[in-house]
Amino acid sequence: MTPSIPSATRPEKGLAPLRAALENGAVFLGKQTHTTPAVTISLAMRAGSMCDPRDAVGATWLLSRVIDRGTATRSARDIADELDNRGISLTIMVTRHIMSLVCTCLADDFEPVFSLLGEMLMEPSLPDDEIATRKGEVVTAIRQDEDNPAVRATEALMALLYPHGHPYGRRTKGAIEVVERLSRERLVRLHAEGFAPGELTAVVVGDVEVERAREIAGRVFGLWRKSPPAPVPLASQPPVTARQRLVIPMMNKAQADIAYGFTTIRRADPTYEALRLMNHVLGQYALGGRLGASIRERQGMAYYVSSSVDPNVVEGPLLIRAGVSPANVDRAVASIDQELTRLLQDGISAKELDDSRRYLIGAMPRALETNAAIATFLQSAEFFGLGLDYDVRMPDLLRAVTLDDVNEAARRAVNPERATIVIAGPYEET
Amino acid sequence: MRERARVGVGSREAMIDDARTSAGGNGYGRAVRQVTLENGLTVIVQEEHTAPLASVWCWYKVGSKDERPGLTGVSHWVEHMNFKGTTNIPRDQVKGIIEQFGGSWNGYTFIDQTTYLETATRDALDRMLFIESERMTSCLYHPDDCESERTVIISELQGGENDPDQLLDQELTATAFKAHPYRHPTIGWISDLESMSRDDLYGYYRRYYVPNNATLVVVGDVDTDEVLRRAEHYFGSIPAGQAVRRPHTIEPEQTGERRLTIRRRGTTAYLKVGYHAPSVSDHDFFPVLILDAVLTGAKGLNLWSSFRLPPPQRSARLFHSLVERGLASSVSGSLLPTEQPFLYTVSVTATEGTAHASAESVLIEELDRVRREGITEAELARAKAQLRARLVFESDSVTNIAHQLGYFETVATLGVYASLPTRIAAVSVDEVSTAARTLFRDTNRTVGWFDPMPMDAA
Repeated sequence: MTPSIPSATRPEKGLAPLRAALENGAVFLGKQTHTTPAVTISLAMRAGSMCDPRDAVGATWLLSRVIDRGTATRSARDIADELDNRGISLTIMVTRHIMSLVCTCLADDFEPVFSLLGEMLMEPSLPDDEIATRKGEVVTAIRQDEDNPAVRATEALMALLYPHGHPYGRRTKGAIEVVERLSRERLVRLHAEGFAPGELTAVVVGDVEVERAREIAGRVFGLWRKSPPAPVPLASQPPVTARQRLVIPMMNKAQADIAYGFTTIRRADPTYEALRLMNHVLGQYALGGRLGASIRERQGMAYYVSSSVDPNVVEGPLLIRAGVSPANVDRAVASIDQELTRLLQDGISAKELDDSRRYLIGAMPRALETNAAIATFLQSAEFFGLGLDYDVRMPDLLRAVTLDDVNEAARRAVNPERATIVIAGPYEET
Repeated sequence: MRERARVGVGSREAMIDDARTSAGGNGYGRAVRQVTLENGLTVIVQEEHTAPLASVWCWYKVGSKDERPGLTGVSHWVEHMNFKGTTNIPRDQVKGIIEQFGGSWNGYTFIDQTTYLETATRDALDRMLFIESERMTSCLYHPDDCESERTVIISELQGGENDPDQLLDQELTATAFKAHPYRHPTIGWISDLESMSRDDLYGYYRRYYVPNNATLVVVGDVDTDEVLRRAEHYFGSIPAGQAVRRPHTIEPEQTGERRLTIRRRGTTAYLKVGYHAPSVSDHDFFPVLILDAVLTGAKGLNLWSSFRLPPPQRSARLFHSLVERGLASSVSGSLLPTEQPFLYTVSVTATEGTAHASAESVLIEELDRVRREGITEAELARAKAQLRARLVFESDSVTNIAHQLGYFETVATLGVYASLPTRIAAVSVDEVSTAARTLFRDTNRTVGWFDPMPMDAA
């Protein structure tokens, strides 16, 4: 049986990737470049940590540590040789919604490497001895996180913003006692139930002809047949209505980490660009935006302070993070409050909007310079359904945002009276 | 091809040295133009027309090894001060000036070098050159800014101390070096950061930020002759400074194993073992680079980009003996291309419940084994393949290419950079065996542990 060659579409301007849907529902996206004689492969499966069963949080993370350690036809040793002999580092990432296998290889190695990654994704053998070894690594990583104020603060903040077991609020690595009792059967079931061709997006960017890459993708994945997985419910997350604050004393540390945040909007919300521009003014432009200008530049309190916004399938977070001396924690939190209050009362200026807009538009050639960066961009555009011409449309979307739009986005997103604040480090509540 | 000529640049018709370098293979095949202006500034240009971008880096041959006791951390602090406004760029515009072009900017300081960069669309080239010329001559060093930056840098130091691995690295280096200024951390010692004055900072800036101690690198969608004319326009009239005096201390040969243990509250045990290693200009550097690839996987040689991509190490000896056997959750090797002999360091994160003695003894036994038996031809071939691939992967942007040109010119020569593929290809099994025998002597070893105390310990 030979898989059929999928039909394809591609826009005429910009990145102009080729998109082809296979009969089984898998999606291929390809873009040829000639920067280096190398190719980036990104295989993203919509089977991220939100697929963790409620009683097995961390199972997806452990699966990601083992999925590349043996397949139906290759041992872990075989895979090690195939990758290492070609100088390839395979990175496996888990987000709330996605598990992805990503690597860059020399162009000459593209076909065998793509086939190998496909086999890992479709037919991992998940050997018991590998599970035992990787469990030890995961347990150690969880212990390291427990001693890391930045991780503790961020994880606790997410748990407060997304309470009651919401998938966005759970620790991706899970808890030690849960990880230790995860069985091979549990991982096999997780893979069987969540991995299917209709959940796959395969992106290839680099020094390979797109038609050839598409043909290889069709050959590797075209015969894979599996029913779509049952949908995993994901509740909308209402915003926190009152200010809340948590202190995690870590008296063995020298510096305290502050995580301060809110839930915001969905990626599909039409005000996304306004929120993105607001965040850039607040905590990105010129080393930390308004927050950086106040807390780092004027007051000299922190080496790092910034904000980030991550709208997702449901309402994503806006996070402000800073690392400060324990003596400056209260002053830093008050400064964040003050900057947010100023933002709400006075809004941003036309110049600030113009500066940030020019930056975000002007940064696109740089942001899409490397194969890996293009692959990441295409995966995101595909996941959120932004369209093959999103790189071409994005400047106009940003240009269409008005000052009122940005200030309204601020009013919706960042009221200090309903902020959630976590402080982890050598600091105790007085 | 390599040639030297004298050509005129710009309206000044300055007499300059001009060298064109072209190295073959793996992205090293592009023509590079190297020119020295009359005032001693080295200018390196490489055209890359794959994206409408240009990357500008200005490198200074000054790093923490140039610091005397009492002024540790001054190179890094000066770097921070050089983002705080100049005579012609107001303080509140210095960070946004390049972002209006969608550009990125940054800087870093390390043991041999301090560097600044901007990458933006090619139409920002003039602005980027202007910023760097201003940075070389006209930074303000307002006393209030010096004071506010003191606490920022102390915050940076404290953030590093939060990480047990980083703390151990600092202590290991300080123990391995007795005399050479590589021994103190780039961030500096806290007492020096608390006591340094504005005059200390400004005096240091004026001494080292002179054209004859700098290299300007431009890579991107540019015309080489035009770049040289613009470089002459912005930098040609800056007077040369006095020749910089370099530290001349040579680290005496280590005569016995050194050992330290940090005991603090924590959750995880970390082990580091360091050996004095050759500088990048030393012929023996490349056999050690191969040796590291065999032991822990090849990292490549780009400090700016290599940390973003973990090494291929599933077949590496130490990964196999420590991680695959469950004794460690990670192992890594570090051989930095430095101007003077630095360290080869192996770092291990012990898994929960692993006895320290067993992790250390397995590590030392593997190093002894390679010292006794050397490596195989198959391992050599794999290491070379990995390094060939890494040299391609780490040259995937104008920013990364520009970093490498400036980095090697600063810590060695552009010729060393151009010859990386051939130097790596020329390494033999025998050379690696000799390097292992020289390196992994117990008298050349420093062992450091972070031994976590229970979180409820007093």
